[in-house]
Amino acid sequence: MKETPSQSGDTGSSFLEEVIQATPGDPRLEMCIQCGTCAGSCPSGADMDHTPRAIFAMIRADMREEVFQSNTPWFCISCYYCTVRCPQEVHITDLMYTLKSMALRKGYARNTAWADFSKTFNEYVFNYGKAFELGLATRFTMRHASLRDIPGLAQMGMGMMARQRMSLIPQKINGLESLQKVLTRAEEIEEESR
Amino acid sequence: MRKYLFYPGCSLERNASAYYDSVMALREPLGIEFEEIEDWNCCGATEYTSLHRLGSFALQGRNLALAAKQVAGGNNVLAAPCSACYLNLSKAEHYLRGDEHLAAQVNEALATGGLSYRPGTIDVRHMLDILLNDIGLEEIRAKVVKPLTGLRVAAYYGCFVIRPDYEHRFSSPEYPTVLEDLLEVLGAEVVEYPAKAHCCSGHMPSISAPSAYELIRRLIAMAVEKKAHTIVTLCPMCQLNLDAYQADMNRFFGTKYRMPILYFTQLIGLAFGKAPEELGFGKELVDARPALKKIGVKMVHPAEETGGTAPAAPKPRKKEEGLPMPKMPAKHQNEEVS
Amino acid sequence: MAAESETKQPQERIGVYVCHCGSNIAGTVDVAEVARWAGEELKDDGVVVSRDYKFMCSSLGQEMIQKDIVEQGLTRVVVAACSPHLHEATFRNACARAGMNPYLCELVSIREQCSWVHTDKAKATEKSKAILAGGVLRVARDTPLEPMRVPIHPDVLVVGGGVTGIQAALELANGGKHVYLVEKDSTLGGHMAQLDKTFPTLDCSACILTPRMVSAGNHPNITLLTWSEVTGVSGYVGNFTITIRKKARFVREDLCNGCGVCTEKCPKKVVDDGFEAGLGYRKAVYTAFPQAVPKYPVIDVENCTYFIKGTCKACEKFCPTGAIDFNQEDEILTVPVGNIILATGYQTFDARRIPQYGYGRLANVFTSMEFERLSNAAGPTGGKVTLRDGKTTPKTVGIIHCVGSRDKKYNEYCSAICCMQSLKFAHVVKERTGAQVYEFYIDMRTPGKSYDEFYLRNLEEGVLFVRGRVAEVTDVARLPGEEGKLIIQAEDSLIGKQRRIPVDMVILSTGLEPRDDAKEVAKLFGISCSADGWYIERHVKLEPISTMTEGVFIAGCVVGPKDIPASVAQGSAVAARVYQYIQQGEISLEPYRATINAEECSGCRICNDLCPFNAISYHEEEQVSEVNPALCQGCGTCVSACPAGAITGWGFSDEQILAQIEGLMAVRS
Repeated sequence: MKETPSQSGDTGSSFLEEVIQATPGDPRLEMCIQCGTCAGSCPSGADMDHTPRAIFAMIRADMREEVFQSNTPWFCISCYYCTVRCPQEVHITDLMYTLKSMALRKGYARNTAWADFSKTFNEYVFNYGKAFELGLATRFTMRHASLRDIPGLAQMGMGMMARQRMSLIPQKINGLESLQKVLTRAEEIEEESR
Repeated sequence: MRKYLFYPGCSLERNASAYYDSVMALREPLGIEFEEIEDWNCCGATEYTSLHRLGSFALQGRNLALAAKQVAGGNNVLAAPCSACYLNLSKAEHYLRGDEHLAAQVNEALATGGLSYRPGTIDVRHMLDILLNDIGLEEIRAKVVKPLTGLRVAAYYGCFVIRPDYEHRFSSPEYPTVLEDLLEVLGAEVVEYPAKAHCCSGHMPSISAPSAYELIRRLIAMAVEKKAHTIVTLCPMCQLNLDAYQADMNRFFGTKYRMPILYFTQLIGLAFGKAPEELGFGKELVDARPALKKIGVKMVHPAEETGGTAPAAPKPRKKEEGLPMPKMPAKHQNEEVS
Repeated sequence: MAAESETKQPQERIGVYVCHCGSNIAGTVDVAEVARWAGEELKDDGVVVSRDYKFMCSSLGQEMIQKDIVEQGLTRVVVAACSPHLHEATFRNACARAGMNPYLCELVSIREQCSWVHTDKAKATEKSKAILAGGVLRVARDTPLEPMRVPIHPDVLVVGGGVTGIQAALELANGGKHVYLVEKDSTLGGHMAQLDKTFPTLDCSACILTPRMVSAGNHPNITLLTWSEVTGVSGYVGNFTITIRKKARFVREDLCNGCGVCTEKCPKKVVDDGFEAGLGYRKAVYTAFPQAVPKYPVIDVENCTYFIKGTCKACEKFCPTGAIDFNQEDEILTVPVGNIILATGYQTFDARRIPQYGYGRLANVFTSMEFERLSNAAGPTGGKVTLRDGKTTPKTVGIIHCVGSRDKKYNEYCSAICCMQSLKFAHVVKERTGAQVYEFYIDMRTPGKSYDEFYLRNLEEGVLFVRGRVAEVTDVARLPGEEGKLIIQAEDSLIGKQRRIPVDMVILSTGLEPRDDAKEVAKLFGISCSADGWYIERHVKLEPISTMTEGVFIAGCVVGPKDIPASVAQGSAVAARVYQYIQQGEISLEPYRATINAEECSGCRICNDLCPFNAISYHEEEQVSEVNPALCQGCGTCVSACPAGAITGWGFSDEQILAQIEGLMAVRS
């Protein structure tokens, strides 16, 4: 039987501590009483591999690989129902964000539609300072949509453009260089503190 | 003159230009002046936060720092009509205020761009909050010249304005009623809409369409069931999902819903007597003209005509016998008791 | 290290004893060093013997002190150990037995105030020396005092006529003591009277309670004051003066025979928010329930047509004995008692605060109290479990645990009884309707006698359990089979999947919380509440029914959520404690009192109004104020306020306090 990390003995700081450290503020994950309110409230709960509560139990059990391979954080739609209903005020949505970036950094979720969507969006933000839906839609669709979806999406796209709800070209902000410096330095600082 | 700093966000420039137009149209009747932040950048929606921790704070930080430069005469309120932008900016402000170490790191990053930000300088507020609390219902009521009588509206809040609501600006994260109060002041008939705080599915239509369509379907179906003429939103993302994806959702489920989705500021504008063209009508994909007909408003629309019959008014319910219901505090059956 | 005080004291012979308290003190403080230091450095202040010992409070420790008093001729003793709250009495009694006035013995805390709150050993040791030095300098200025002995009035006040208050009152009354039993409501019984069955025996609640209610109502030693509230409390242990407002019932108790015609004829029907938990109706003139004690009805002034409009008076017209008196006034009584027992109970959590559970909006969501009334044979449906329409029998029922409890947003604590209550409901529903029952829980808390067996019984009866805290209750159908139902959405965490379970009826097991007026009542009686609002006991483990205020005791749910057996046990316990005091006949009060030096008093009277116990009176002729030592509690307010410095505290004089400060400051670490 494959030895899970929880059985393989102590390897420095626990997964739980790592996740808590990587989340801003005080996420209170150690206070989770495993009640399941988050899992019960989640609109995407039915579509997740593991419910949010299960993911937290897995984090406590040091099951890194299973957690990073799970689609759970990627299906979080940031509705914050879990966060406002949690009886121990655990910052669940923030923890989901942490798991997303941790997963990518460790090499998981590459080339998935969900990771790609965020990455593509962010690239436009970095390169222009503003979002660019048309670019995002075309690049993303070309990579991930099935042929069946194209007619519907194209129709919607035409409708949007006819009503001037989508730019044809991206807009650059004036202070783009300054923004890029700021964002790059932020990444460096985060890297250094890890 | 009420002065506010203004953060439109990427949506208001294009996708949600109807929201932008209608917000701008309210300036004159309500005596509001907006000063847009110079050279603001995207707030990152939920995408930047997903993959960057400090980076997303720095992204908001730049906007807050730029806004801080424009604070004059004590006017430090930054109006953010888009719910996602509102959440991102106010959440960043909240976290930076509470965590010195984080604020120091963010300022270190901002410094490379020649900027700095002292947490607490800017008060980020949503347009709904400003209308309810700064302007107030009484003043709005006084400015109504064409009450929206006969228009049945489902008030839809979405997620980000009422959750997590760190500054406790809205009455309830589950069952708020403040938007309904506003719509009633405009003369509209507000229908009971229990899904008012349910998620529109955010960016899911791009990521996992079937789950997204289901969430969208629920919202539209309930409004139809409650015989609403239109759903009113506070957020460009919600408007996009419910409006632009309605056709796709219909295709997926084989339904034929045609529920127009409007911004609450558009309705305020109509009640103030503004012409629909001034308020961004015509930009919605699901034609709003049937709803406008209910209140006798006509407009020229570039899109196709739509058919469909008006939903019949519901029959009044017979008073039932039985055990008494618990006493609820105010006029709304679903108001929170604190 | 001689003290620099004004008056030169004749040298006392002081014994110093430093306790290790096992490792509690010795683990952080170098106890031997402190004792050695005191013996050498404090010689000039009078220390003639200085020892350290493992457990000073033990018999051997005490004997050590007693031996030194006799053999070394000690005139003062200082023990450096735990807090005076714990063992001051121990050491003082030991000294007294050896022939020394107990008030010449001081206990200074180097545990709670030093070893338990510091980790730096060197600094803690120096601090202990300072604390000890303060004690030595002070004790040299202690004077021999005699405790005051005050008589204990044999009467007792019991506030709260629920099962706990009734138990306490009966225990005392049966023992021959007179009890004033004051109840805010119009009848005895409290919440237990509202219940249908009690777990785990499924006894009918009213059937086991009403005999006790009747006994209390008829007992010659109990003065029953229902529809009454305590409005004033003054005095101190053994000698309280209680002011009670007996609200007007508008029914003359000397004429009413409880026939109930008034209620029958009354045309005004209102929703009964009290006894029926809002699920039933009552009239404007009513008794809370048929077995109410006393049997006299009351008129609800806010809803009575006569009081609103001046008309009707049907009750008066039809009353066969002419007992209705619209002009009746509230009665104010002032009574002396020696001890007070507070047993004012709890209220249930307001489920409207959790909008996602739908209570108040969705008709068929019920609270636990509503369900108790629903299933009660004397309730609005005669005991039939029906939906809100009063007719339809549910086919599936969901019972939700932990509503308002174990949640930082509402009440963080566990309400102790809701798991058992929920299991009881499941059983009742099954028995009466045969419906499918689901229980939604986080943990199953069944610690009492036969409680876990009751859980097993539920399993035998086919109740289905879903481990998951309910996220929401909704009427919005989505999947087939949900139309027209209430849907409970929760994660079944033992499976790890979100489930939507359609039911006809939802019962919210609401938690318990302190009553809205609990804080006010506590203030009235001079006791404290915890952050949650429950009353604070003197010691969580060892003194669960006394408070920090002498003479005021607490019992039942007002101390914290508990089941009926525990409440009844506390009722008996508190009665036993009070009985003990009454039997002793008198209580000895600490002699810490303020005293006014008449020669120095300028007659300004500033102290008169400041005294919280009204213990200071003014003599017109002599133009001086005087403290009544019986009423004085030694709080020290007047001492500090007197501009002439004419007031001293016995046992806490300026001299003593300043000397202690000097001792503390003289040791620098």
